Amino acid sequence: MNEDVLAIDRTQPEVEMAAQKRLEDRTMFGFWVYIMTDCVLFPVLFAVFAVLHNNTNGGADARQLFSPAYALVETILLLTSSFTSGLALLSARRKGATFTVFWLLVTFALGAAFLGMELSEFHHLVAEGNSWRASGFLSGFFTLVSTHGLHITAGLLWIAVLIANLAKRGFTPSVMRKLGLFAMFWHFLDVVWIFIFSIVYLMGAV
Amino acid sequence: MLGRLTLDAFKHPAVTTGGVVMMTLGLIALVAAITYFKKWKWLWKEWLTSTDPKKIGVMYIIVAFVMLLRGISDALMLRSQQAVSAGSSHGYLSSDTFQQVFSAHGSIMIFFVAMGMVFGLLNLVVPLQIGSRDVAFPFMNNASFWLYIAGMVLMNTSLAIGDCSGAGWLAYPPLSEAQYSPGVGVDYWIWSLQIAGIGSLLSGINFIVTILKMRAPGMTLMKMPVFVWSVLGSMSLVAFAFPILTVTLALLFLDRSMGMHFFTSMAGGNAMMYVNLIWAWGHPEVYILILPAFGVFSEIVPVFSGKKLFGYTSMVWAIWAIVLLSFLVWLHHFFTMGAGADVNAFFGIMTMIIAVPTGVKVFNWLFTMYKGRIRFTTPMLWFMGFVVTFTLGGVAGVVLAMPPADFQLHNSLFLVAHFHTMIIGGVVFGFFAGITYWFPKVFGFKLNERLGRYAFWCWLIGFLLAFVPLYILGLMGATRRLDHYDASLGWQQLFIVAAVGVALIGLGVGFQILQFVVSIWKRKENMDTTGDPWGGRTLEWSTASPAPEYNFAVIPEVTTRDAFWEMKKSKTTETAGKAPHYEPITLPKNTPSGVLIGAASFAFGFGMVWHMWWLVIVALLAAITTLIIRLNNEDTEFTLSPAQITEMEASTGDHGRLYL
Repeated sequence: MNEDVLAIDRTQPEVEMAAQKRLEDRTMFGFWVYIMTDCVLFPVLFAVFAVLHNNTNGGADARQLFSPAYALVETILLLTSSFTSGLALLSARRKGATFTVFWLLVTFALGAAFLGMELSEFHHLVAEGNSWRASGFLSGFFTLVSTHGLHITAGLLWIAVLIANLAKRGFTPSVMRKLGLFAMFWHFLDVVWIFIFSIVYLMGAV
Repeated sequence: MLGRLTLDAFKHPAVTTGGVVMMTLGLIALVAAITYFKKWKWLWKEWLTSTDPKKIGVMYIIVAFVMLLRGISDALMLRSQQAVSAGSSHGYLSSDTFQQVFSAHGSIMIFFVAMGMVFGLLNLVVPLQIGSRDVAFPFMNNASFWLYIAGMVLMNTSLAIGDCSGAGWLAYPPLSEAQYSPGVGVDYWIWSLQIAGIGSLLSGINFIVTILKMRAPGMTLMKMPVFVWSVLGSMSLVAFAFPILTVTLALLFLDRSMGMHFFTSMAGGNAMMYVNLIWAWGHPEVYILILPAFGVFSEIVPVFSGKKLFGYTSMVWAIWAIVLLSFLVWLHHFFTMGAGADVNAFFGIMTMIIAVPTGVKVFNWLFTMYKGRIRFTTPMLWFMGFVVTFTLGGVAGVVLAMPPADFQLHNSLFLVAHFHTMIIGGVVFGFFAGITYWFPKVFGFKLNERLGRYAFWCWLIGFLLAFVPLYILGLMGATRRLDHYDASLGWQQLFIVAAVGVALIGLGVGFQILQFVVSIWKRKENMDTTGDPWGGRTLEWSTASPAPEYNFAVIPEVTTRDAFWEMKKSKTTETAGKAPHYEPITLPKNTPSGVLIGAASFAFGFGMVWHMWWLVIVALLAAITTLIIRLNNEDTEFTLSPAQITEMEASTGDHGRLYL
């Protein structure tokens, strides 16, 4: 088969453009469908948490363990990072490589700070004897929040790959497409966090 | 270094050792044969790394068939044990082994046979039917297949290294918790399903996008073949239901390995939550399997009746009614949980309502046959067998849907008989019909009809012999999963009949294998030279058999339902010497990334099972690195020039093919 292989005919820009448009179209749509599947995954975890949230096994409950103020700082970090990821996308659309990389780095830093705060909270809880082993409630809490945290970690890795790619290739259609998908992913994680903040931290505090 | 893996993992009872020896010998024979015939390079280049959905489909179906052999062997062991194990005789399987065998039977049949056949057939047919050259994401399609393989291998590894799960095919806690199932069996089960399940989820996304974004020009939604509609329904269910399975399995594993308390019977766990979650996935799963089978019949019945499908629109509505309702009935799997009369009544009624759209479909097929010129080919025989068994099973299902009746029948063999009627008489018959029907499109020759008929009759009669006694036994009070019973109950004769039935099904499978062998051997007698061996109605029959790797040299334009039938009627298929005009065709290149990701996923699962954390990390890094490299590779396609296409078209032989 290999002898028959030819390079894509770049002399026909309109054919190439149309192919890129179709690819963009289905990649975007496919990513929306993926996000929809995550919109099932997280609600299942929320439902599990809701079922178990009173099963504290005689241990501490949400009101004693969680600080809404601390979680608010995390929320602000993440919301800001969502904003900066949008700025990165806007810069990329204007082909401003420096600004794109700058805003991606800011997004990365904010995401990493968020993750650091989350891990520090986990560390404190575990150190005080409130680990995931303590009760059904804490199992639900750790799993829900860390699943979001894992998504954030994947997002951070994604930023790193995006920056490397950008440096290597510049604004190719493929890099632009992935940047757009990343922004979608990051905004989605924001939305999930808003629910975690409301349901776990705020409703737990009252 | 080896986690909890010790030499004890290789010590098995005699029966299991026999299985391991057979499996190992089979593998050695396979490897030896490939080496002897020097086919490794060919296998790697033409098949394993292929992104061609037709080839991926064929691989899925071959693997599903091999797994069917394993599942049937398990079934033979179960029923032969029950046939002899009455009174003072205790049969040849220990209770432990028996539990492992029925757990493996269920898991393998659903996840690696039925799901494999679903995805196999989808890959073969969907792109062709919508007039597309490929699926939306060819690499993801290949990776999904390899995740399925990784799960399959992990499931079979549990036979040889460690032990199989004995907690049933759905591993209900608290039995499946570490306290009561301390071995590695349940962990094997979790990770094999988890990995294969993620493959299924990715395939689901892939086919949703393929169907919604890659149809031929002019093919509006309401002009799609009903098979494509049913796949869209089924894959929507995959997208909504499989994330639930992913979470549920993950939570069970966290319980077992991290000491969490989701489903434990202490420290605030809630075992019934597991049962709710697993069935919130599990009930849609049943429809994920059956909807494509309905789709197959919706293609076969019109073709072999020589009429268009009766009630196209109502078929489409019925599919979506089933999709919606399938999420509203999960509680009927555990009416006895004690949810109260009102809740049970709601789910009972919802369950009965599902019989309505299903009934609509059955009547539509029958009305399609009415006054048609029916040809009794093997696919049509499978359909008619299906109508009988599926109606029988459906009526039994409505009986079970009544909570008061369910309290009596719950956990009995009546239930076992019911769902086997649906899965065998529905899903399996549907896929056999589909494989027979589309086989010439993929290979260029038809399957031997006579052997197909033998296989069908063995399956049908074997099925009735195997499961009608179970309905009766269930009504007599026999519970499921019994490895021994009292002789005075008078069940033994019926169990013996059931065992004979399974043996007859085994004979049917033997005929199917013979059918493949003979058909390949004597393929000259059954050549499909026209590309349209059955008088087809849909686009896949408009291209050559076997379909070229680009499916269509020129993408067809669609103006009506049953597009190819209308083209044939209006004679637009004839080219009368006109040289067709070809545009360059861009196709995806082969990729080794899917194989690598599958291998890494297997290592990841194996590490998780045995708590070899270093292996888990290494495998995860390997998978992620492979993925990143692949996703940033911009050289993944190649283009065929019009001259090459002309040459390839000529070499496939011009037999009245369609040039639009």
